[in-house]
Amino acid sequence: MRKLRHRFLVPMVAVSALALGLTACGSGGDAPASGGAASQPAEKIKLTVGLFSDFHYAPLYEEFKKTHPNVEIVERRAQFNDHHTNLITQLTTGAGAADVVAIEGGYIAAFTPVPDKFYNLKDYGLDKRESEYLDWKWKLGVSNDGSSLIGLGTDVGGLAMCYRPDLFGKAGLPTNRDEVSALWPTWDAYIETGKKFVAAKVEGAKFTDGPGEHFRAMVEQAPVGFYDAQYNIVAATNPEVRKAFDMGVKMISDGLSANLAAFSPPWNTGIAKGTFATMVCPAWKTGTIKDQKPGEGTWDIAAVPGGGGNQGGTHLALPKQGKHPKEAAELINLLTSKESQVTLFTEASALPSLPALYDDPAVKDYVNPYFGNAPIGKIFTDAAKALKPQPVGPKAGDVLQAIGNGLQRVDQGKQNAEEAWAQALKDVSRIK
Amino acid sequence: MATRAPERLAAVPPNRPVRHRRLRRHLVHQLDVKGSPYAYVAPFFLLFSAFGLFPLAYTAWVSLHEWTLLRDEQTFIGLENFRTLLADDYFWNATFNTLSIGVLSTAPQLLLAIWLAHLLNRPLRAQTFFRVTLLLPNVTSVVAVVVIFSQLFGRDFGMINWVMSLFGVEGVAWNEGVLSSHAAISTMIMWRWTGYNALIFLAAMQAVPRELYEAATIDGASGFTQLRKITIPMIRPTIVFVVITSTIGAMQILAEPLLFGSYLITGGVDRQYQTLSLFIYENFTKLDFGYASAISWMMFVFIVLVAGVNYLITRRGKGGLT
Repeated sequence: MRKLRHRFLVPMVAVSALALGLTACGSGGDAPASGGAASQPAEKIKLTVGLFSDFHYAPLYEEFKKTHPNVEIVERRAQFNDHHTNLITQLTTGAGAADVVAIEGGYIAAFTPVPDKFYNLKDYGLDKRESEYLDWKWKLGVSNDGSSLIGLGTDVGGLAMCYRPDLFGKAGLPTNRDEVSALWPTWDAYIETGKKFVAAKVEGAKFTDGPGEHFRAMVEQAPVGFYDAQYNIVAATNPEVRKAFDMGVKMISDGLSANLAAFSPPWNTGIAKGTFATMVCPAWKTGTIKDQKPGEGTWDIAAVPGGGGNQGGTHLALPKQGKHPKEAAELINLLTSKESQVTLFTEASALPSLPALYDDPAVKDYVNPYFGNAPIGKIFTDAAKALKPQPVGPKAGDVLQAIGNGLQRVDQGKQNAEEAWAQALKDVSRIK
Repeated sequence: MATRAPERLAAVPPNRPVRHRRLRRHLVHQLDVKGSPYAYVAPFFLLFSAFGLFPLAYTAWVSLHEWTLLRDEQTFIGLENFRTLLADDYFWNATFNTLSIGVLSTAPQLLLAIWLAHLLNRPLRAQTFFRVTLLLPNVTSVVAVVVIFSQLFGRDFGMINWVMSLFGVEGVAWNEGVLSSHAAISTMIMWRWTGYNALIFLAAMQAVPRELYEAATIDGASGFTQLRKITIPMIRPTIVFVVITSTIGAMQILAEPLLFGSYLITGGVDRQYQTLSLFIYENFTKLDFGYASAISWMMFVFIVLVAGVNYLITRRGKGGLT
């Protein structure tokens, strides 16, 4: 009996000692966070950063470590949809969230109604930066009641139209980007250009990838999209949405579409092999194109029909579960600083959300050799300046998917426009 | 000992320590005999309660609510979720797809597995090599399998369409049709699981007495007749087992259709290959937890039903799981 007790006792003591040790470590790590200056030697702490793709932050972490030698930064990446679903689960269950998390523009409105799940960045003095930001971008990161600052913007997705000069040449269309931009001041003119492309019968190539992204761009150019200012879903009644849907249908019926869903593997192959000649291009998508290695100068960049627009763009936020909010807030501050946003624009094509930078030569005059020396700095900043911000609701991504699926059903010849629209609206009505 | 009154014990002081010790030893022994077996099996039941029973019960509880994450209050709505579910076209569509993919993948797979096992059961050079090879597809990551198969089944640059074009056959948009997408997904499942099931069959076949085959050979029975008349009846319990596990697996297909549609949670733009698991996943990502839990429970009921029906069918005749 005594022997038995002994056998249990030893591990138990060991475990509790370990537990005590761990708690001691935890509180030890916290103390300097609330107290001393950053340069003061303190115990090592670890910050995790949760992202949904490569944000090209690695060099910026190194810079952060220069002023914070005790901070170790670990990056976690998940697939786009999973990232945001995981985050919601983690916030609800109260465990597992990273110290710093990225929240994309289509999702941020799902988090602004629950400011108590996040540290208020105002408490860490980051509200001082409000004047630097695009007004609408700043407001996206503020809680609905206005009391709390949840996320600081990183980039915005100024819109453009990417095109292939080689295929345009074969079709007898102009290849110079200024002349190409002049071809399509409006979406109707874009479709007319597409018809000319189809008439020229270029071997193995359609005019564009698929109608989904065009539909999205056109909706996002409108003053009101899927949601009204009170965050009610108005997709069914908003004439702008139906207009964009009809434009997509027209693209299909005129034979412009290669019937490819954006970001699918065959779409990726299509970028490299040139099965389509144009695609809607937010700033960050130039990185996607490069990843497919179509070859330097294969793709070029022109203005988007309808003038300006935004697609995507991200915020960085601090879930309440984090143990080191002070350091994490300092990290956000660095990642979104002017210098960082310039670097990220030239390195990763992330268009800054600080309008002062749009007149900064490093951004404005930036030309990208990969896209035939396209002045992408000017194209994207023009697009961002021309943007009319619209209310983005919490389930905007789901609404877009429902209607986008409808367009693809038309594209695959399964339904006509009316059937697809009716089913899309039915799907939208299921979104709560 | 238990009949002795405590006062009597106290009345005999010199005996007390001895008796006391004996009593204690007896109690410990009793406890050991009665209690230890429970202690030994406890870990399983504890784990099962934590990871099997509790989630099951909790899901049932959630399914009776309008339960959305990021909102703190959850309203009790009774069976409303199930009522909505039974009237939901998309649910029945997902059920149909699941059964269709299940049948398309399981039936040919098991026939193929029996045939492969039969081949391997004969005297063969490099036996171990072939057996290991059979298991290889199963240890490959499902993601890798689906990514490669999706390339093969591509519409524009897929190898299958390319081969078909050599014979002058028009390419198929595998992703778009109901039957074509089900066939593509079933192929992936078959590729992955046929070898695994073949090995289970092989193990069962090795237990069949050799003399039966020898006698049959002397009587002039062909290989196929031997398979039909000796092997299959002798391994019937294993067949029942494999049919049931495969059915359960097929009812829960998620990764293949999800990846085949490049992460489109609706399983094709017309939900043409959205399975039940994918439908649950869709509603979870929409954060409609009550509804998703209701579907999970319906799926559980379906699995029990389908497995039961399969059990009855395969058990018919001689033999059985017992």
